[in-house]
Amino acid sequence: MATSQCGELAQTDKDVALQSLLDQYRDYKGGLIPVLQEAQNIYGYLPKDALQTIAKELRIPFSKVYGVCTFYAQFHLKPRGRNIIRVCLGTACHVRGGSKIFEAAKEHLGVGHGETTEDLRFTLETVACIGACGLSPCMMVNDETHGRLVPKQVGGIFDTYE
Amino acid sequence: MSKVTLTIDGIQITVPKGTTVLEAAQQAGIFIPTFCHDPELSRPGACRICVVDIPGARNMPASCVTEAGEGMVVYTDTPAIIEARKTNLELLLANHPEDCLTCHKNGNCRLQDYAYYYGVRPGAFTGEKHDYPIEDDNPFIVRDMNKCILCSKCIRMCEEIQGNNAIDFSFRGFSAKVGPAMGTTLSDTEISNCVFCGNCIAVCPVGALTEKAMLGKARQWEVEKVTTTCPYCGVGCQYDLNVKDGKVIGVTSTDGDVNGRALCVKGRFGYGFIHHPDRLTTPLIKKDGAFVEASWDEAIGLVASKLGAAKDTYGPDAVALLSSARVTNEENYLMNKLARAVIGTNNIDHCARL
Amino acid sequence: MKNLDQIREKYKEQYKEKIGKTRIVVGLGTCGIAAGGGKVMDAIKEIVAARGLDADIDFTSCIGMCYREPMVEIALAGAPSVIYGDIFADNVEALIESHIVNKTPLYELACFQIPGDATPYEGIDIMDKAPYYEKQIRSVTSRLGRINPESIVEYIATGGYEGIEKALQLDRMAVIEEVKKSGLRGRGGGGFSTGTKWSFVYGAQGDKKYAVCNADEGDPGAFMDRSVLEGDPHSILEGMMIAGYAIGADEGYIYCRAEYPIAIKRLNLAIAKAEEHGLLGDNILDSGFSFRIKIKAGAGAFVCGEETALLNSIEGLRGMPRVRPPYPAHKGLFGKPTVLNNVETYANVPFIIRNGADWYAAMGTEKSKGSKVFCLTGKVNNTGLIEVPMGITLRDIIFAIGGGIQNDRPFKAVQSGGPSGGCIPAEHLDTPIDYESLGEIGSMMGSGGLVCMDDTTCMVDVAKFFLNFTQLESCGKCTPCREGTKRMLEILQKICDGNGVIEDIDTLDRLCRVVTSSAMCGLGQTCANPISSTLRYFRDEYEAHIIDKRCPAGVCNALLVYTVLADKCTGCGACLRACPAGAITGEKKQPHKIDPAVCIKCGACIQKCKFDAIIKA
Repeated sequence: MATSQCGELAQTDKDVALQSLLDQYRDYKGGLIPVLQEAQNIYGYLPKDALQTIAKELRIPFSKVYGVCTFYAQFHLKPRGRNIIRVCLGTACHVRGGSKIFEAAKEHLGVGHGETTEDLRFTLETVACIGACGLSPCMMVNDETHGRLVPKQVGGIFDTYE
Repeated sequence: MSKVTLTIDGIQITVPKGTTVLEAAQQAGIFIPTFCHDPELSRPGACRICVVDIPGARNMPASCVTEAGEGMVVYTDTPAIIEARKTNLELLLANHPEDCLTCHKNGNCRLQDYAYYYGVRPGAFTGEKHDYPIEDDNPFIVRDMNKCILCSKCIRMCEEIQGNNAIDFSFRGFSAKVGPAMGTTLSDTEISNCVFCGNCIAVCPVGALTEKAMLGKARQWEVEKVTTTCPYCGVGCQYDLNVKDGKVIGVTSTDGDVNGRALCVKGRFGYGFIHHPDRLTTPLIKKDGAFVEASWDEAIGLVASKLGAAKDTYGPDAVALLSSARVTNEENYLMNKLARAVIGTNNIDHCARL
Repeated sequence: MKNLDQIREKYKEQYKEKIGKTRIVVGLGTCGIAAGGGKVMDAIKEIVAARGLDADIDFTSCIGMCYREPMVEIALAGAPSVIYGDIFADNVEALIESHIVNKTPLYELACFQIPGDATPYEGIDIMDKAPYYEKQIRSVTSRLGRINPESIVEYIATGGYEGIEKALQLDRMAVIEEVKKSGLRGRGGGGFSTGTKWSFVYGAQGDKKYAVCNADEGDPGAFMDRSVLEGDPHSILEGMMIAGYAIGADEGYIYCRAEYPIAIKRLNLAIAKAEEHGLLGDNILDSGFSFRIKIKAGAGAFVCGEETALLNSIEGLRGMPRVRPPYPAHKGLFGKPTVLNNVETYANVPFIIRNGADWYAAMGTEKSKGSKVFCLTGKVNNTGLIEVPMGITLRDIIFAIGGGIQNDRPFKAVQSGGPSGGCIPAEHLDTPIDYESLGEIGSMMGSGGLVCMDDTTCMVDVAKFFLNFTQLESCGKCTPCREGTKRMLEILQKICDGNGVIEDIDTLDRLCRVVTSSAMCGLGQTCANPISSTLRYFRDEYEAHIIDKRCPAGVCNALLVYTVLADKCTGCGACLRACPAGAITGEKKQPHKIDPAVCIKCGACIQKCKFDAIIKA
């Protein structure tokens, strides 16, 4: 099954992982969202072919699978950066200058909202609230929260993520 | 069956339990506008144009999904209800092309009708409007999602009656859109699974879905609708031939006993043969290598004599008859008699795989 | 039926022994980690190891004082626990040196102490008497910041699972009656009687029933549920088990928003531990009652906090609300009768069953019983998680607990209830907090976010902020919400940009009315509250934006004019060089000037000015 050409090998591994994921969820009630979540973990995003496979194997119309993917903010149909930066623009962060943090992040990375840097290192996003309002303004990089930010700090924080 | 009695706009009406307020109002002859409601489809209660005032209820319930209750009092035309309907119409129009002049549905559009009834003009709100490309890359259906009011009838028609699930909502909120997976068009059938039955068109209350071949051919009021039975197969679906100046310009759904409004791609779109110049209108007999027009008597006589000769020379099983699913059951019965009783062969088949 | 007596005694012993030792506990809730608690933890481990100190190192969750995070608790054997705030990698060594090595608390960083049986230290507030906690009560939050949330030993040792044990000995209806009698109302914001809701599901016909926990806390400014999930996950499980038993469900789902990874991790751990202890699974404690709990991680949609949208989401569909009726009590998850409560509601249940309905009903007001957890945020000095008795006034919360507004600026408004709530002005500060009173003044309890605002907050901007949120989160199913939020947002944007006309106020009024009354679900029906409440209390600010083209709070950029204060300007030229638009002119060492026609209001000049000589107004 695996081939010696790198790249292809990885792709095959991902498809195998998807198959075993689908086997696990075939008879699971309401399994589409967890399957999409885990498929996104496998591929880093949700490629069309994977979605088509999911639709077929879970016997859910493709239009519905796509409807679910595009409804939830968490799902991405395009490749994403290795590190996901989510700058909070919730109420508390808003009143304490969250947008300045976002501007600083945009400037540092050279990408806009929802965009990924060319080296696939970072994807920049905003989030409505991450629930750390006492530490506003704040942002999340992957699963880590950084609070009480000032704009000039953000570059240094990004540098710690490969 | 138990009954409930309720009062709508002062009119008392008794209906079977389980009847909705909308249905009760319709029975009482009281008009309530609807977009997303369709008696044949599931009920999302989503468009909110049918809201009514029921004192004691929270907010304004949608009459299409509110069950009539014993002793219920309903008002359909209070100032608050009228304001809500007008405002919701204004909101829909604010995100709708002001295109009635050239819209195919002009004269048969609920949005236009309700705007007219309630005296709503476009322009109450200015702001972002959708600017989707018009999807007409297939021979049958034109989708103009700028005109879509997201009533979801097409989605439900496709899922609940047709069973193809070609389209669904994608995205959400103001960006919500109806379409096939991956944002592709219906013509990408690998993804869309669309069979171009066009049943979505039959339920679209506005000009978002139209029959491509009918565009620019006739205004709604110029069309004479002739209800007839589809000649394609033995199901016997009914539909309306749309006739203008003695010519069939298209097919639209009627409410057939057999099929409701559902049709297949052939029935709805396969009418092009009617006025086609290549259509055979008299029998042709090949004489000296060329087809020559002949009378029916001459043609039938020739066929009878050739069949008789073949049977005499080679026996009845040298003959086979192929009938058509496009003829009636009675005609097929006669064909069967011709084969078995007259010619004496069981070699008969048909082409119900049109 | 089996009971937990033996195991409880054993765990109590273990717990007592543990807290009797010299120990250092780091707050590692999301807020503690965000403030740098993880690094503090690493530093402590290093220091303790390097110095060979005899001290246990442990972690706990958020005790509520977010404004002092990272927080560290230190207790010497047999001495009071002292909770320190603002502990970072650079001062933690001094702290350990003082408290553990020299056995003297580091007074300047001590927030409060919990003496237990020991003699209190002089000069440090005892927790109950500390200004932040004096007006609070700790019931649902009692374990937060006090136990290791990943330890079932500590949960059981502190009375955990006594509630389910007691419930299983009662008749199912008796459990429901007890919850009814307690007066507990839905803490997700709806305020419906929990016991009554349970009785509907109890009475509903169905071969299978579900108990679902709504942990999709999505209001900006709210983190109550997260704190409880992270700090006391077993209490949610126990609450759900009691509900499951009462209504006749054998399966439960926790729908937790995916943005709460720590909560999900701790819940999973708690489920595994409870299963190990035979508290989840088949035939719990030999009672014949079986119950399982699954976690479903949300996928990022605020509307899934709406109960029917949440059910659709668990079923793997788009999170769009369903038509009600049928209500979830009759036709809920997978079409089966379902009880849906939020995190805080479930967390209250074990306490009610354990301590009795009367104990609970003694707290609060006549119609709103018990306590409520709030998140105090915004421009208040003490931001954090608080638990207060129902009926306390906003003034007490903001000024006594919250320590007033930052930098002694005037209080302007407090926003309660998130995007569904409203802005409450100073004139209503003495309103007692309960479901009805907040509704009367145009806001709502919501889930419990309280965002404080001062005179530098523009109320039109606040309304715009919330509408932007709801507009992005609207599911798009119904017309008024989908199209109405968009247009309301556009009008607010227009007003903030200085392009508003006076008729816009009437249009907004009408849209608020129509969207509120005709939208399909709770999101749409409440999304206009931020506008209607600010129009009600701060109409003059809207008018200032529209008529005078002025933003009184100095927030709306398009309406601000940047000017140089001639007496402060030294003519250094820093602003002139910084200005990307070339709007600033001036001779060296002479006061500079900004040409308002050229100025793009980017603020670069203000950032560069070292003399505070540029103002925007």
